[in-house]
Amino acid sequence: MLEVRNLYKTFNAGTINEKKAINGLSLTLEDGDFVTVIGGNGAGKSTLLNLVAGVFPVDDGSITIDGQDVTRLPEHKRAKFIGRVFQDPMMGTAATMGIEENLALAYRRGQARGLRYGINNEERKLYREKLAILGLGLEDRLTSKVGLLSGGQRQALTLLMSTLKKPKLLLLDEHTAALDPKTAAKVLEITETIVRRDKLTTLMITHNMRDAIAHGNRLIMMDSGRIVADIRGEEKKNLTVQDLLDKFHVESDRMLLSE
Amino acid sequence: MIGENNMDVLLSFLNSLPGAFGQGFAWGIMAIGVYITFRILDVADLTVDGSLATGGAVAALCISQGWNPWLALLMAVIAGMIAGLVTGMLHTACGIPAILAGILTQLALYSINLRIMAIGSGASTKATLALSVDRQELLVSSRYVREVDLSNPLFLLVIATVVLIALLYWFFGTELGCSLRATGANQAMARAQGINTNWCKVLGLVVSNGLVALSGALLAQYQGSATVDMGRGAIVIGLAAVIIGEVLLGKVFRNFALKLLSAVIGSIIYYIVLQFVLRLGLESTDLKLLSALVVALFLTIPYWKGKYFTKKVRREVGRNA
Repeated sequence: MLEVRNLYKTFNAGTINEKKAINGLSLTLEDGDFVTVIGGNGAGKSTLLNLVAGVFPVDDGSITIDGQDVTRLPEHKRAKFIGRVFQDPMMGTAATMGIEENLALAYRRGQARGLRYGINNEERKLYREKLAILGLGLEDRLTSKVGLLSGGQRQALTLLMSTLKKPKLLLLDEHTAALDPKTAAKVLEITETIVRRDKLTTLMITHNMRDAIAHGNRLIMMDSGRIVADIRGEEKKNLTVQDLLDKFHVESDRMLLSE
Repeated sequence: MIGENNMDVLLSFLNSLPGAFGQGFAWGIMAIGVYITFRILDVADLTVDGSLATGGAVAALCISQGWNPWLALLMAVIAGMIAGLVTGMLHTACGIPAILAGILTQLALYSINLRIMAIGSGASTKATLALSVDRQELLVSSRYVREVDLSNPLFLLVIATVVLIALLYWFFGTELGCSLRATGANQAMARAQGINTNWCKVLGLVVSNGLVALSGALLAQYQGSATVDMGRGAIVIGLAAVIIGEVLLGKVFRNFALKLLSAVIGSIIYYIVLQFVLRLGLESTDLKLLSALVVALFLTIPYWKGKYFTKKVRREVGRNA
């Protein structure tokens, strides 16, 4: 579903602040893979996701989604294939617009936007059903401004928006990191439900090793812009935090992760 | 003696009210344009100082060449849209910060407006182009602002305002309009949802400057001339109108159409207040200072409110004990 080949990205090239964020990374995701990504600060996790999403251009290498080369495609065109949830709860939704308006924007991801009405009554019914699944009571607040919602509610809504039209690839960039533990667990639970139900190919960055182990069918560990471990199948199922910690010490002593 | 003097001031003020309404409505259309960039796109577009005069110049030129005044309005709107397009391209395609892009277009338009008004006159540049309701067919003229029939410019201005607000209300409810609002609200989110934010910004600037030029075209007819500096400080007047409207009506007007209307009402209030302070003895050249102060003040209040005057929590003693 996703094929990343020989990816390179350097920030501030040629200056004293030069940072090789991604350094010859290759990665192939099979259809339906749910991959958790861990790695220390500066390992290049977020850069990888941003490159796949097209937030900034690659220096070298190629990115293919479902057989289509998207390496040179601008961000808004790639959005057709990709659903995204960001770390910052403020980033995934438009605060000054209503819940239903945000959903209507997401419902038209990848479509040409013309002079038809921005939202219709049939959609509202659909949104109400989808919101009810979240179990946050948002289904009765369709016209409320998103700015009035809590961080957890906004992340849940963003998650719903990113999957409202089934994406070929779902990118989750530490989407629970800014939430309190209870809310984070709830959002993660919703994530698991949606990903399983729609069999979404997913890349999920997390700082939490337990979460990385508990979720998905595959785990990759990054360091210095490369993948240093790729654990799947039975090995992933039997993985423990201690295993990961041992691996970390072997791979790099610069990594700092929360358990 | 003093009472009589006050009476004079009041009478001349009341006498000036119809004119204030006329100007307020004409500038109100401009304020709607400013609302689109400032409030919806979250960009302070300084092109408007130039595009207002461009609208006036193009309309005055067309009318003085004997064109139908409606056609003249249309040409003015198109000219304004092109100005917005230039600013939009400077900003998105060339990566120039929006404010600077607007300033560049505004400056360039100064030269262009001088040239536009000279077309057909034999001169190479011209700073003023006079229109006369005696010689030309004008849609609005301040001369008839006290008439009680259809020649009263307020009649057409009110209809134009209502039609424009209805059109914009419809447009910002469409898919395209929603993507414009999303672009102003959160660009990262808009792009993640597949919205071409650059194109949306350009479109917003085009629509906004089209409205501003329309306002300029109406103003030139209303006051009987287009001048090269008729747009000087227009952005500040537009902002003042938007902000006055919000401060006075923001709590009551929740609907989008009403928010646009509040910008127009803000513009009318602005001109009424100006007429009043003029009667108190200020020179008309002092008005720019006054406008700047009004805008600075109303932009400061919400900031200071949030920073220094946090709401006191009312303690309900013994309630939960």
